[in-house]
Amino acid sequence: MNTLGPYADTYRAWRKLKSAAMMGATVIATLLTLVPLFLVLSYLVRQGVSGINWVFFTRLPRPVGEVGGGMGNAVVGTLELVGLASVLAVAVGIGTGLYLSEPGRNSAAANAVRFAADVLMGVPSIVVGIFAYAVVVRPMGGFSALAGAFALATMMTPLVARTAEEALKLVPAELRESALALGIPRWRTSLSVVARTAARGIATGVLLALARIAGETAPLLFTAFGNQYWSTSLKQPIAALTVQVYTYAISPFEDWHRQAWAGALVLTAMVLLAEALVRLLSGRGLRVPR
Amino acid sequence: MAKMRLMRLSAYFGRTRALKEINLDIPESNVTAVIGPSGCGKSTLVRCLNRMHEAVKDARVEGEVLLDGENIYAPGVDPAQIRRRVGMVFQKPAPFPTMSIEDNVAAGLKLNGLGRSRAERAEIVERSLRRAALWDEVKDELGKPGTSLSGGQQQRLCIARALAVEPEVLLMDEPCSALDPISTAHIEELVLELKSQYTIVIVTHNMQQAARVSDFTAFLLGGILIEFSDTKQIFTNPEQQETEDYITGRFG
Amino acid sequence: MASKPAKEELILPNVGRFQAASLPAQEETTRSWKRLKIGVPLGQFFFNGFTVTSAFIILSLVLAISAVLAVEAVPALVRFKAGFLVGTDWDPVNEQFGALPFIYGTAVSSFLALIIAAPFGIGVALCLSEMTPFWLSDILGFLVELLAAIPSVVYGLWGIFVLGPFLRDAVEPVLVRYLGFLPLFQGPRVGVSMLSAGAILAVMVVPYISAVCRDVFSAVPAGLREAAFALGATRWEVVRLAVLPYSISGIVGAIILGLGRALGETIAVAMVIGNRPVISASLFMPSTTLASAIANEFTEATSDIYVSALIELGLVLILMSLLINVTARLMIYKLITERFSR
Repeated sequence: MNTLGPYADTYRAWRKLKSAAMMGATVIATLLTLVPLFLVLSYLVRQGVSGINWVFFTRLPRPVGEVGGGMGNAVVGTLELVGLASVLAVAVGIGTGLYLSEPGRNSAAANAVRFAADVLMGVPSIVVGIFAYAVVVRPMGGFSALAGAFALATMMTPLVARTAEEALKLVPAELRESALALGIPRWRTSLSVVARTAARGIATGVLLALARIAGETAPLLFTAFGNQYWSTSLKQPIAALTVQVYTYAISPFEDWHRQAWAGALVLTAMVLLAEALVRLLSGRGLRVPR
Repeated sequence: MAKMRLMRLSAYFGRTRALKEINLDIPESNVTAVIGPSGCGKSTLVRCLNRMHEAVKDARVEGEVLLDGENIYAPGVDPAQIRRRVGMVFQKPAPFPTMSIEDNVAAGLKLNGLGRSRAERAEIVERSLRRAALWDEVKDELGKPGTSLSGGQQQRLCIARALAVEPEVLLMDEPCSALDPISTAHIEELVLELKSQYTIVIVTHNMQQAARVSDFTAFLLGGILIEFSDTKQIFTNPEQQETEDYITGRFG
Repeated sequence: MASKPAKEELILPNVGRFQAASLPAQEETTRSWKRLKIGVPLGQFFFNGFTVTSAFIILSLVLAISAVLAVEAVPALVRFKAGFLVGTDWDPVNEQFGALPFIYGTAVSSFLALIIAAPFGIGVALCLSEMTPFWLSDILGFLVELLAAIPSVVYGLWGIFVLGPFLRDAVEPVLVRYLGFLPLFQGPRVGVSMLSAGAILAVMVVPYISAVCRDVFSAVPAGLREAAFALGATRWEVVRLAVLPYSISGIVGAIILGLGRALGETIAVAMVIGNRPVISASLFMPSTTLASAIANEFTEATSDIYVSALIELGLVLILMSLLINVTARLMIYKLITERFSR
């Protein structure tokens, strides 16, 4: 019973083949895309694991030419920079997220702010470094931890804001209505019902933003600058893992290269751990803005 | 006498008028049912009674709604104050997911900053849960999350939550449409019990329900109040042709 | 009020017409309203103040960054004028600054990255949204996202010691053998090159393209897909007839967004591109980009005009990136926000 003409079956087979070929190609593309991930990670582990020991986490870098030493100051520096950046960024980020989903909801102003946040996420990190240099480093008269944290905070804020907004949007409208219908004032509804319900999503967004900025190098080059010695002062240059890895990687010394791999491994492990945690916390509901 | 009085009440969504010049007296300590086909403005009507209508974007109201003779839309009136006096239960039960059963019931007190002692609050929680006929089922697990209850229990929890702020009027917007028949029966019994203490307005698309629980019935069609009278009369001998058509199932 | 009134006492409204109600006297109304009024809603004031201020900070950051860069670049703008953009000499010693090699390097490395990354990004997104079961998409999607999570300095490190040598020893000879007649694939092979930069950028940009494409594909109305399947279309035909036409502007937006990422990427590129401000047709030659030049030279810039010239590079970069981001956002917003916003 071939009502479609003599070639219908052949044509059908051809279409199926074509479909299989095209969709197969997408599978191959996916697998190929994951190849660099495994290559990078496996190299990191292979090259870096030998350099990771107690000394790495506790000692200062040695001067050029001397073998040994560690990156203890850079590990601490990265933690300090990231911590300080989140002090600056989290409140503003969550505040913006609340604005976008609560009082500003659907308004033209909110659209402008959302757009600004998205654009800010796309500003090249090196430019953020220049910005921080101009508004913090020069007025303060020198490179400092504060300037580095300011640069990182500038990158972190829009990310926190947009994930917070997405998390707040997931809160069912019925909850907001129920709270309002109890005579609870709007601001109290926003904070104690809506924001509290979205708290996990908001926290996830903060963690994600932390992971992203912990891996930044460019905005730190002429703000935090890096430091070969222990320093936790806000007004002094401070070491950061990323900057240290960068400096060591482009140096001509074999031993520094080994240290760079070790530093990169520690850095990547920190970041990927945070990403995995984000994944566990957020489940499937939360959309990560780009 | 009339607990609430609607005077030439019109409600808008943007430029569409959802309610057209409604005049209606809501009798105190009685159950008033609002019926009509979907989209006729039933929900909008009750949402106008506690100023929830304006929580929607671009929504606005014209006319007056008097609560004990005072216009709730008069300038300077805080909608939150009105909502405390005119409580509301929604179609879909929505307990606050981050709160325990107890905290859910006390939410209106706590978050309104109505400072009360712990003991007093516990007493109000118990009283509200009893009135909502939920106490016996949950008294041993007040610390559990409100969302752990069944749908029907959740809806009664929401009623308890609304009662805890001690409103004078209770609006119920299709409170049973998301529930199974047994839970529906529970809620209906509850409505009959509560009407001695509260003025109740219940929106329903279920005419049997309206006939069972209400003393008065308002029939809405296309945003216009077609008829309002004694429930018995509306269901046995309606004055308007449209009402009769709707009740006998000729449309809607 | 406590006693229940008999039903007969009720004043039933005269339906459809306005019935005058007996209003309480004016004074009484005013007085009784005191009960319902509260003072200044202080909580709301602070809440609005806090959130609006936060939002304003974000808004002003974007403006401030652009303004600061523009102001800081003024000395260079005044001195070199339009010649800055077309000049090819970058000679800090003699205070000659031409930005063309940097613009060229940025554009070529980014385009190279996109040519490689776009098919992969779209392919991944198609695979994850149309082929694999939900749980598998979830895992694969997470792995692809990890590509975006790896710090760029780590990519740079890997680029210097692994990818660069690999391209030099394994890929470039093949390109020379088969495509050596093209000027693109001629010249000495040194390991740090435009090709390395493009390749490393491609790896870094794929996850962005695929993530945005996935969002866009998931915004395709389910009915469209089902209708196509119901007509007996094969999987690929569903993609071609229902998914792609609906999401084409989103895909283009995703690619442009990827371009924005590639343009601004600094450290990984600075580590593998060689940092030589020369314009060369060959992809095997070292080059430089706007971002990597700033990263390399900013702390070494001694004269004010040198700093200003570097900042003008930054200004060019941010203008390019703003233009690209705004375009891309506008293309994607329409498709995605309608579905995800309430």
